[in-house]
Amino acid sequence: MTLGDIQKLLDAEVIAGSENLGREISHAFAADLLSDVLAIARRGADGALLITGNMTPQVIYTADVVDLGAILFVRGKRPTEPMIELANQIQIPLLMTSYIMFETCGRLYHQGLKGCVEKAGDGAD
Amino acid sequence: MEQTEERYPFHNTFRIEGGNFTHAGSVSSQVKRILKEERFPNSVIRRVSIATFEAEMNVICYAHWGILTLLVFSDFIKVAIDDEGPGIHDVDQAMTEGFSTASDKIRELGFGAGMGLSNIKKVTDEMVLTSVVNQGTHLEFMVKVFS
Ligand SMILES: Nc1ncnc2c1ncn2[C@@H]1O[C@H](COP(=O)(O)OP(=O)(O)OP(=O)(O)O)[C@@H](O)[C@H]1O
Ligand SMILES: [Mg+2]
Repeated sequence: MTLGDIQKLLDAEVIAGSENLGREISHAFAADLLSDVLAIARRGADGALLITGNMTPQVIYTADVVDLGAILFVRGKRPTEPMIELANQIQIPLLMTSYIMFETCGRLYHQGLKGCVEKAGDGAD
Repeated sequence: MEQTEERYPFHNTFRIEGGNFTHAGSVSSQVKRILKEERFPNSVIRRVSIATFEAEMNVICYAHWGILTLLVFSDFIKVAIDDEGPGIHDVDQAMTEGFSTASDKIRELGFGAGMGLSNIKKVTDEMVLTSVVNQGTHLEFMVKVFS
């Protein structure tokens, strides 16, 4: 599915990168701790969607260093102005939905979006 | 002689300020950009970037300040980080997954899972961590370009 599909499905607001709504997203994962994001991305998360409640600029730097496709903030938390500026500068799309983490993941999964990794310890660990 | 053969090795250094969370991650972002420009394979760039990010965060979270040196060779990439700070009294314990001394403030930012050093170990081909209490910590790691 595309970022635009995800936006519609979750009634999300596009906070940055609206020109990228056509971007194809095939994998996603959810994490709030940045070391968890990096540990998952270790196995490859190029172009993936990160679903998170982490509202720090570091989540955007993290997304940059591991080449994520977009970040989706849940529970109606709005990124701050410096976060939006940073996202525009490093060109990572930001979306925001009011759905809670569980609902967000469930709805995306139901529509066929796959997880980046299924279990800890599978693959290269 | 082709110009490309003379490119390597080269190095860059970056200063990291302890406690400065506003730009925490920016050094890793720059390192990634440099490696992208050199057109290293994505998997190599990803591995170096992940380890660099964890290392940068540790200096910001725990040390006073540090210098990160990126050394780029044609067949491997090395990163060395030297900081001045409290140091680590038990390096083996620090390497254990889940061990963390992160403050509540650091945890609120999404750090402090105690996964950083073990992430670095897993994602690199070689890693060395040494420390002197009340002086500082030296971390270096290496990622091979062809493995
Ligand atoms: N540069 C450093 N100077 C002093 N202490 C350090 C340094 N790096 C790591 N440590 C110590 O080692 C512990 C483990 O570090 P590690 O990076 O594995 O986990 P963390 O930083 O606590 O959490 P995470 O990296 O998952 O966010 C830290 O909590 C800290 O006590
Ligand atoms: Mg750490």
